[in-house]
Amino acid sequence: MIELENVAYSYGGGELLSDVSLELSSGSFHFLTGPSGAGKTTFLKLCYGALIPTAGQVRLFGGDVRDMGRDDIALMRRRIGVVHQDCQFLDHMPVADNVALPLMVSGHEDADQIENLRELMGWVGLNARADALPPELSGGERQRAALARAVIMSPDVVLADEPTGNIDWEMSQRLLQLLIELNRMGKTIMIATHDLNLIRAAKSQVEARVLRISQRRVQLAGAAL
Amino acid sequence: MVLRWLKRLVVLLLGDTQADRVVPPAGYTARLSLFSAAAMSFLAVFAMAMSLATGRLADRWGAELARTSTLRISAPPEQMAAQTEAALRVLETTPGVKRARPLSDEEQRDLLAPWFGPDLPVESLPIPRLIEIIETDDGYDAAGLRLRLSAEAPGAVLDDHTRWRRPLIAAAGALRTLGWVSILLIAGTVAAMITLAANAALAANAQVIAVLRLVGARDAYIAGAFVRRFTQRALAGASVGTVLGMGAIAMMPRADVAGGFLTGLGFQGLHWFWPLLIPPAAAAVAYVATRAAARRTLRELP
Ligand SMILES: Nc1ncnc2c1ncn2[C@@H]1O[C@H](COP(=O)(O)OP(=O)(O)OP(=O)(O)O)[C@@H](O)[C@H]1O
Ligand SMILES: [Mg+2]
Repeated sequence: MIELENVAYSYGGGELLSDVSLELSSGSFHFLTGPSGAGKTTFLKLCYGALIPTAGQVRLFGGDVRDMGRDDIALMRRRIGVVHQDCQFLDHMPVADNVALPLMVSGHEDADQIENLRELMGWVGLNARADALPPELSGGERQRAALARAVIMSPDVVLADEPTGNIDWEMSQRLLQLLIELNRMGKTIMIATHDLNLIRAAKSQVEARVLRISQRRVQLAGAAL
Repeated sequence: MVLRWLKRLVVLLLGDTQADRVVPPAGYTARLSLFSAAAMSFLAVFAMAMSLATGRLADRWGAELARTSTLRISAPPEQMAAQTEAALRVLETTPGVKRARPLSDEEQRDLLAPWFGPDLPVESLPIPRLIEIIETDDGYDAAGLRLRLSAEAPGAVLDDHTRWRRPLIAAAGALRTLGWVSILLIAGTVAAMITLAANAALAANAQVIAVLRLVGARDAYIAGAFVRRFTQRALAGASVGTVLGMGAIAMMPRADVAGGFLTGLGFQGLHWFWPLLIPPAAAAVAYVATRAAARRTLRELP
């Protein structure tokens, strides 16, 4: 699905990530941890083509990101659901429409999907806030909406950047459950998080691997957790 | 194929309600572009009226003047009658001359009255005799006629009007060209204004565009939302401007009675359909301009 080969990335100063080689295979479940500023968000951006590696190669669904045209990138993003750390929404449209946005822009908005949307909004506990505008939501509500938007297209891969940063334990369990369900349906999941409890809770239910960024490398953490 | 294009045109004009919502409704710049499209169309109607009217004028002058000319006979009084006779004989046998007729004393007096008053004793003055020549549609060979006249009636001078006709017609033609150039300039200005407005809108919505890209929108989809908006705005503005312009022309006082240059500075008959082309043309200009602006902007974004 997503392959990195000797990838390095630098924003202009020194290299933030060096010599990263990794393959996210179909149906795998990964956590990504590391101190703040280590490069978790940067790593995820490399995984969905928002950043082009300064060295090495990133292949998404078999295609090298460097060779992808703008339309290829757009089509590829429909297959990768992303929960952004700073959940980005269209502030002039209600939450429900924001969640349905991927359907809208890909022309898949039909009755089936509308039903899907209602169910999904219920799952993340946002039915009552469906008509609110994004700026009117709490931080946690925004994150739940972002997760709903990431999964609405039923993508092959879900990349979630701190999806539970602002929400209580019960709700984060609920979101985790959603991601685990998706993983059981064969989706590839990667969650960047600081929350060790979340990782532990997941490990009891799925076979999850933990990647840690330290000293510019992305390494598989032992089973120590 | 044709159907697909028709469908695209319908979507362009009526909008894709879903896709159009992704761009926030704009207030101020929208009204500005609406206003400028209207103002420019209003001006375009006048430029068009001027072009068509001067075109008509040039055609008419050309047609009227080409078919008449004058022969002026200056000779000593005792030879006047003989030379006039001789000149008429020559004219009668000249191919291309439909009719030739010496003006009567009365007519000559009327012609001269504005300068010398009505009591001019034409008979007793050495005033040249004028012969009016009506040409056939094909016209005659002026050089050949002059040659024959110089032999038969040495006092005859042929004035075929071309000398003063040509610069007038040329002026009218130039005016017509100027009118069309104005229309082109107006179209260019509309394109420039719409481009500026579209660029402003694209810049103001950078955040929206980024979000759309993140969720997998293609450039064509994003550009389409902006292009539709500006095309519709240009069409609406231009329609209002054109209707007002046509109304203004229709209400202009008729100058025909007075005759002269102003004769019918307006649309006549089928020419009224010409200004109706302005709104679709403005929409087309806006479409092309916004599309180019959107593609340029999008290509530079991540
Ligand atoms: N666009 C950018 N330009 C320059 N430097 C950047 C840019 N984005 C991030 N950085 C820097 O790169 C480093 C890694 O950032 P990144 O966002 O990947 O960290 P992170 O691991 O996600 O941190 P956090 O846990 O706080 O979210 C940081 O030091 C950050 O300041
Ligand atoms: Mg981060």
